Amino acid sequence: MASRQSMLPEICWNLLWFFGVAACVKLLLIPSYHSTDFEVHRHWLALTRSLPLSQWYSNETSPWTLDYPPFFAYFEYFLSFFASLVDPQIVDIHEGLNYKADTVVYFQRISVIVSDLCLVYGIYRLTRKLETQKRVVMWILVIWSPALVIVDHMHFQYNGFLLGMLMLSISCLQDGRDLMGGFLFAVLLCFKHLFAVAGPVYFVYLLRHYCRGGLFKGLGRLATMGAVVVAVFAAAFGPFFYHGQIQQVISRMFPFGRGLCHAYWAPNFWVFYIILDKGLAFLLKKFGIDIPTPAASFTGGLVGDSSPFAVLPQVTPLSTFIMVLLALSPCLVKIWKNPHPGSVARWISYAYTCGFLFGWHVHEKASLHFVIPLAIVAVQSLEDAQHYFLLSIATCYSLFPLLYEAQEYPIKVVLLLLHSMLMWFGFSAKYSKVKPPTISDNKKTRKKGSSSSSRSGEEGEFMIGWGGKCYIIGIVMVETWGQLLHPYFLGDKLPFAPLLLISIYCGVEVVYSWVWQLKRIMAD
Amino acid sequence: MDRNNRGKVGKDNVELDSNKNGDLCWWLLHKGLTSLFLCISMFGLLVRWTVSLHSYSGAGNPPKFGDYEAQRHWMEITVNLPAQDWYINSTKNDLSYWGLDYPPLTAYQSYIHGLFLRFFDPESVTLFTSRGYESYIGKLLMRFTVLSSDLLIFFPSVLYFIHAYYDVHSRGRKADVAWHILLILINPCLVLIDHGHFQYNCISLGLALAAVAAILSQRDLLACVLFCLSLNHKQMSTYFAPAFFSHLLGKCLRRKHPLLEISKLGMVVLGTFAMVWWPYLHSRNAALQVLSRLAPFERGIYEDYVANFWCTSSVLIKWKRLFPTQSLRLFSMVATILACLPSMVQQILAPSSKGFLYGLLNSSLSFYLFSFQVHEKSILLPLLPATLLAMEWPRPFKLLTHYALFSMFPLVCRDNLILPYIALYALCIFLYHPPGGRWDEATRQGSTPLSLVSVLLTLAYLGSLVLHIVYLTVRPPERYPFLFEALIMLLSFSHFVLFAFHTNIKQWMLSGHLIGSDKGKKQH
Repeated sequence: MASRQSMLPEICWNLLWFFGVAACVKLLLIPSYHSTDFEVHRHWLALTRSLPLSQWYSNETSPWTLDYPPFFAYFEYFLSFFASLVDPQIVDIHEGLNYKADTVVYFQRISVIVSDLCLVYGIYRLTRKLETQKRVVMWILVIWSPALVIVDHMHFQYNGFLLGMLMLSISCLQDGRDLMGGFLFAVLLCFKHLFAVAGPVYFVYLLRHYCRGGLFKGLGRLATMGAVVVAVFAAAFGPFFYHGQIQQVISRMFPFGRGLCHAYWAPNFWVFYIILDKGLAFLLKKFGIDIPTPAASFTGGLVGDSSPFAVLPQVTPLSTFIMVLLALSPCLVKIWKNPHPGSVARWISYAYTCGFLFGWHVHEKASLHFVIPLAIVAVQSLEDAQHYFLLSIATCYSLFPLLYEAQEYPIKVVLLLLHSMLMWFGFSAKYSKVKPPTISDNKKTRKKGSSSSSRSGEEGEFMIGWGGKCYIIGIVMVETWGQLLHPYFLGDKLPFAPLLLISIYCGVEVVYSWVWQLKRIMAD
Repeated sequence: MDRNNRGKVGKDNVELDSNKNGDLCWWLLHKGLTSLFLCISMFGLLVRWTVSLHSYSGAGNPPKFGDYEAQRHWMEITVNLPAQDWYINSTKNDLSYWGLDYPPLTAYQSYIHGLFLRFFDPESVTLFTSRGYESYIGKLLMRFTVLSSDLLIFFPSVLYFIHAYYDVHSRGRKADVAWHILLILINPCLVLIDHGHFQYNCISLGLALAAVAAILSQRDLLACVLFCLSLNHKQMSTYFAPAFFSHLLGKCLRRKHPLLEISKLGMVVLGTFAMVWWPYLHSRNAALQVLSRLAPFERGIYEDYVANFWCTSSVLIKWKRLFPTQSLRLFSMVATILACLPSMVQQILAPSSKGFLYGLLNSSLSFYLFSFQVHEKSILLPLLPATLLAMEWPRPFKLLTHYALFSMFPLVCRDNLILPYIALYALCIFLYHPPGGRWDEATRQGSTPLSLVSVLLTLAYLGSLVLHIVYLTVRPPERYPFLFEALIMLLSFSHFVLFAFHTNIKQWMLSGHLIGSDKGKKQH
């Protein structure tokens, strides 16, 4: 144990090395394309700095109103302090609108890079007790995740920071520190409420794992946990409650008027639902049955309240909510029966997968919520690694439409290729049967003879089956169609078709992954 | 692979050991050399393209703009005029505005790239009207031409070199090979100049590197062809000529029929030159006209602040005022020849692969330090052989890279490339110190204790770091507006001189061993 302790700084340095290399690339990415989310976050900086708390959620100077929970607003308030030091115009609520100077770009980009340290710490906590091999593979998967680079450092968001908190929470649960885990999750919810999908998993797990040991003790622990959670929420929402703003906050946080699908369709279940609806409508029309054409069109972007479906029943937020719960329920039963800390990461990732697949108004970026925690699981067994490999590629590919400008095209392609290669290297080095040929001929090599056989004995070789290979070739074909053949053959007609194709194609893998995860959880 | 297996034997004591050995790259080394190379070159591509997002030389700075405009202008000229008129001043080709001053291969390359540009963005290469043309798509296309040349010429050359080098020195370990590829590919100066500042050094350096690799694998004729091509792309490749000449001469002299061998090489050189110069060989005037464009002797012995002998010593001796250009030309020629003579003699007496690499370094350094009309960018030439030798003596190499970057700092500031400079600098530090410090372990054992030299080096290093900040923040006194540039130049120059001494001594020390071993080989 003593030697373990002395190793810790070494691990820290190695982890920081991985982070540092990534950070350099992220620094280089500063002038790359950023979406309107950049202005959204800039506006929030200005909003929180120049207005009193009571007006944070009611101000409408810019269309990008604050729609994250209060802790995120406090976070922006904290950042805005430094922003005002760098350049006061950043935090000026009127003068700063659509401010594009270098100072604001540098400041915001660097704030994302620095806030990634939270993720690094979370990963450190998760990996500090693993073997070197698993540890490094996980670092490759998370610290060098291309999806995070695309979403956070190009498109612009703070997911690394938030996911870091989720990772911290998971690591606490794995260590058996349930109260801390629960507390961190509550804090996370007050940063971004989209993470609430894993709420039921946390609830059932903590109820069964933390609140046990007899009725009396269990109730006591339940009360403690409840008090902690309530305290966190009180800290977040209390000030707004005091100012009578709570209604306003809630309505901002849950804008159900936005419609089932985002402008670009996330690769989830609803894509197939819409396609089925269109197909049925087409068929029925062919057979001469008259169908009223829907008032709203999906391809037009924002959908609003009117029903866009011609044949299939209308989907409401409530029905999506029920579907998510239904999809989760087998997993919840499993947790109820056997709440052991080893599978927490798997369950939480599964919950986010369900949320992504069946949720209301899901963004494609939300795939990060399950891909990143799944990395914890991916290093546990060969099957998990093989599953993760394809899923990670597919979800990363599904993010491609976020960066639609020509300048970023090589970056996203190279990022995905590099990630696939690193994953492949990492997994196949970890799971290999054959002793690899080495060029080395120094003395040290001789010592290892015995160890290599024991290592390779435990599990099979990392391979991508024919299905996986076909799938990857399919991605190349979908991309070729979208980039070359579609503009060549169809020109400007059907501009949404390539995007739709990407959604459908990646959706297949996400649905497959969902089934796979469910089966895996049930088999445990 | 040896290290990762050892890590598995006993977790408690051996893992510590394996960690110290920089075990973190075991996963990279699992597959073959080619996939390793692919992976690293992906990273190289990523870094290059992200650097190219930034500004370029002379962006938005009329009337003369910078190197970007020069290259674009050459494309404009070569695409629109017949080859005979490229180097001749006419109404259509104003040589005073970025006239073509590189050998014909550059012109052909410009022609091909010009065709590429004309296909996608005809406006960017129309005669006259495209002067100072700057646009989003234009920049993208231009950047792409550099990236593709890099990918098509420099990257394969590196692979060729690695194959040749590690055949020669077969005791190289796989980890070393990996780091070596990384060091050659991610050379911060080359990336900054080619993909930031905007030039095509990757082509001439790539061809030179391929020539080096051909020499290492004993294909002297191929090496001659490649080196002639390199010379014909940028006349700066002459910096390497003494090394090639002396090494090949030395080799020929040791064969059975030296004269035959030499004439064979001579024929190949002449043939290659004739092919490249074909359009200008129809008359003596045409060829001389091109030649006069290549040798800008009227431009003075130095420009700006370059860390070579003439510029540095001009602080004390005003060369330009004391002597006419005519005699300065003679001085510089004599000084250059004297400086590279020792290394040439060594190679003629005892040609060897390693000696050849040192010869390249020494001759290019002496050209950089003493020849006529040197640019700060020319440090790239000595840096190439230095990276090839990086595994031999990591620490001096790291310092050389540092000062090479440092000597270009004023240029980088002018081009508005400070951010990529910082990012690449940091990336380099990370890459030079991989977790566990694997590749410089060998030399660390023999590191000298605290000596005067190392103290001085450390002080100079710290001084240069401080100078970076001073240069950016402090305004120089009005009497000496270029005080900081001069200081940067002085520091870099003194380091380069020290380095040149060091490498010359190293080369000569080498011959002591190698004469013996080469003779030994011949007897077998």
